[in-house]
Amino acid sequence: MQSQHTVRSYDDELKFLAHKIAEMGGHAERMVEQSVMAIVNADNALAQRVISDDLILDASEREIDDRAITIIAKRQPMAVDLREIIGAIRISSDLERVGDLGKNIAKRVAAVSDTRQSIKVYRGLQTLAELALTQLKDVLDAFASRSIQQINIVRDRDDEIDAMYTSLFRELLTYMMEDPRNISACTHLLFCAKNIERIGDHATNIAETVYYIVTGQQMPPDRPKEDMSHGVVVDEAKRA
Amino acid sequence: MNLMTERSLEKAVGDKMNAVVNATKMKGNKVSVFYGSKQALFDVDLDIPEKMVMALIGPSGCGKSTFLRSLNRMNDTIEGCRVTGQITLDGEDIYDPKIDVVELRARVGMVFQKPNPFPKSIYENVAYGPRIHGLAKSRHELDEIVESSLRRASLFEEVKDRLQESGTGLSGGQQQRLCIARAIAVSPEVILMDEPCSALDPIATAKVEELIDELRQNYTIVIVTHSMQQAARVSQRTAMFHLGNIVEVGDTEMMFTTPKEKRTQDYITGRFG
Repeated sequence: MQSQHTVRSYDDELKFLAHKIAEMGGHAERMVEQSVMAIVNADNALAQRVISDDLILDASEREIDDRAITIIAKRQPMAVDLREIIGAIRISSDLERVGDLGKNIAKRVAAVSDTRQSIKVYRGLQTLAELALTQLKDVLDAFASRSIQQINIVRDRDDEIDAMYTSLFRELLTYMMEDPRNISACTHLLFCAKNIERIGDHATNIAETVYYIVTGQQMPPDRPKEDMSHGVVVDEAKRA
Repeated sequence: MNLMTERSLEKAVGDKMNAVVNATKMKGNKVSVFYGSKQALFDVDLDIPEKMVMALIGPSGCGKSTFLRSLNRMNDTIEGCRVTGQITLDGEDIYDPKIDVVELRARVGMVFQKPNPFPKSIYENVAYGPRIHGLAKSRHELDEIVESSLRRASLFEEVKDRLQESGTGLSGGQQQRLCIARAIAVSPEVILMDEPCSALDPIATAKVEELIDELRQNYTIVIVTHSMQQAARVSQRTAMFHLGNIVEVGDTEMMFTTPKEKRTQDYITGRFG
C-alpha cells in the first residue's frame, strides 16, 4: 500500500471509498448468486429478496459518487490518488449494473417456474454464473490488493464465459424448436444467460479500471470477442 | 464540417500526447550553489526549453528558488554565495567574467513573490527599465513601450486613466501584473517567476496564469510554485527538486498523472515527510 498522506483525514476518505467498493462488490456477488439459485429452485421468496436488495446497491453508488466529488473538490487529488477516485466512481457504476442484472434475473423467476426445463439448462446457467462470479471476485480482490497479476487471467477467462454463453444459446434454441410450449420459459432463460454474460463483461471493465489505477496506463486493447451468439441461427436442415 | 472538427480535435489530442520539447534556451550543467560552507544545490543539470513554461516544484529548501536565482545571477547579490558548474543562455556562459550582469538581467527578467512596484507612478514603473537601457529614442517611443508592455501584461485597460498615480496604490493582483509589465518592458527573452501568485487572491491568480499562458508565445518562462495545481495548469515541463538535487524532469502532464519517481509521487499527492 501507499504511504500515508500528511493530512490523515484524506487517507480516511480514500479508505472509505475502497471499503464501500468492497462492500458493494460482496453485495452484488450475493445478489447474482441468489438470483440464479432462485431460478434453479423456482424460489419466488428468494427472488423477491434479491429485487428489494438492489436498492442498497443503488444507494451505495450514489454515496460513492457524492464522496468522490467532495474529495476532488476538497483535496485536488493528483496522480495515483486521482486515478483511485475516478476508478472508484467507475467500478461502483459497474457494480451497480451487476446488481441490476441480478435483479433482472430474479424478476424472471415467476415466468420461468411455470414450465420446468431439462436439468441440463439449469446446470449450464449455474456454471455460467459461477464463472462470472469467479471473475467478479478476482477483480475485486485485485482492486483490494492493488495488484495486476491476476488481471490478464481475468480477461482471458472472459472468453470462456462468452463461449459457454454461446453454447447455452444453442441449447435453448433447440429446446424451443422441440416444443413450442418451451418458448416462453426458454426465452426468459436466454435473457438470464445473457445477463450473466454481461456480468462477465462488467468484471472485465473493472479489471481494466484496476489496471489503470495501478499503472496509470490504459490496458492494451488486445481483447478478442468470443460471444458468437449473434451468428447463431436455426439450422434449416435440422428442422426439416 | 463535423468531420473536420473531429479531425483537428484528434490532432490536438495527438499533439498533446506527444508533447514536443522546444529547443533549449538555457542550460544548467553540473550547477552547484553554496551559501558559505553550506551547499544548496548539487550538480544540477537542467535544460530550459524555449518559449515554454518550465515549472520548478519541490518542498521548501529543496533548492528550486536557488536554481531560479542563479539563472540571472541574482545570487551574486547574496553575501558568501558561490556558484560552480555552467549555466548558458543561447549557448553563452552567463557566469563568464566578460558578461555584463545588468544586460543579462535585462535579457533574463524576474518577477518576485511579493509584488514590489517602485514607489513611483505606474508609468514610471514601466518606463524605468527601457530608459536606463536606452531602449527608447524619444518620449513618444517610450510612451509606446509603456502602453504595449501594460497591454501585454493585461493591465492597460484597468490603469490607462491613471498612469500618473502611484503604482503602490494598485491592488495586489494589479501590482503583480505591473511588475510583469515592468519585466517585459526591457524586451527580455526569459522571464523568471518566483511564486508570483502566492500573495494573490484566486481571481488575481487566474489573471496572472492567463497572462503566463499568453506570454509563452514570445518568452521563455521559468516559474517556481508551491501550488501543484498551478504548476499543472500553467507549465508544459516540470522539474521536481529535493534536497538540492533534481529528482525528475518531464512533460507536465506525465509528471502530475504518472510520475516515475516515488519521491515525485509522494510530493504531488501530499505524502511527503
